Amino acid sequence: MSKFRKKKSNELPPVSTASLPDIVFMLLFFFMVVTVLRDDNLLVQNKLPKADQVEKLKKDRSVYIYAGKPSSRYQDKFGTEAKIQIGDKYTDITNIKFALTEMRQKLLPELQDKVMVALKVDEQTNTGMVTDIKQELRELNMLKLIYITTPGNELSN
Amino acid sequence: MARRATPEVNAGSMADIAFLLLIFFLVTTTIEKDSGIARQLPPIEEIVDPPKIKEKNLFIVNVNRNDQLLVEEKLMELKDLRQAAIAFLDNGGAPSGSPEYCNYCKGQKNPESSDNPDKAVISVQNDRLTSYKMYIAVQNELVAAYNFLRDRESQRLYGWKFTEKTKELDEGKIKGDAAQEALQEKLETVQKLFPMKLSEAEPKKSGQ
Repeated sequence: MSKFRKKKSNELPPVSTASLPDIVFMLLFFFMVVTVLRDDNLLVQNKLPKADQVEKLKKDRSVYIYAGKPSSRYQDKFGTEAKIQIGDKYTDITNIKFALTEMRQKLLPELQDKVMVALKVDEQTNTGMVTDIKQELRELNMLKLIYITTPGNELSN
Repeated sequence: MARRATPEVNAGSMADIAFLLLIFFLVTTTIEKDSGIARQLPPIEEIVDPPKIKEKNLFIVNVNRNDQLLVEEKLMELKDLRQAAIAFLDNGGAPSGSPEYCNYCKGQKNPESSDNPDKAVISVQNDRLTSYKMYIAVQNELVAAYNFLRDRESQRLYGWKFTEKTKELDEGKIKGDAAQEALQEKLETVQKLFPMKLSEAEPKKSGQ
């Protein structure tokens, strides 16, 4: 009889974790596909206003302009006055044209004529600053712009 | 000789490596979901002869430095702005029989308000100290007024909503060039019924 009895150890067999890497890789690939590398290091506070009548931004033909108060860690150095950021650095209002032309050069050549300016402006900024930017854009003949917003509605809160 | 089983490779650290990679991607990337209110700026040119707009065809929205709304010289809450704009655009005040008569308007036909949607202009004026939040909220409400009317007309003419079809076209859900062009044409027809005429006056300096 004892011949047929299987040798049984009293310990539980270890749980196989062989599929764990596969699961994590799946997550990894998911994130690699749906996200893009962050290209601009944000130097200003950027809480966008809410709107619900929106269009999608065509990313391949747009140039970003950020504006708002400097982020808290830069406030010691640059103060709390609202600033404009293009690319990776603060830009003066008189310097916008140069910075934008530079940014436009980086786009695909066939899209440079259809360039769209995406304004990411903090909701606490004064409209005066936005108007100044728009005036510069008109002088540059970059007439298409889009005010980037977050989904939602100002009325609902 | 009995075949020996190949020893199992220890893959325990593979998960850790994959986690490291995953965390790296989580930190350095963002999910882009930018959308917003698109606008076309007027080009800079000397306007020799500014077009005359009758006062009744002009809907003046003023926003002051304290983010208060003054619409047609009356104080107004933001939540009422959309309805007021719809009423103005949809008024169709031109008498029937005149060339400007608007046969699809369902408004009150008040002769004191706009003649027809093509003539109606909404003018927004801000103070330089108006907050950007309020500015966007006002723009959003005005665009919403246009979208509401365009939706209504496209529903009447074609049985679908203007904003929904525009979105589908944007997202590439409409397949085939012919179908896209046909839809584009219909969208333009609806747009022509309620052309967006939003003008922005130069902002005032505070205190003026």
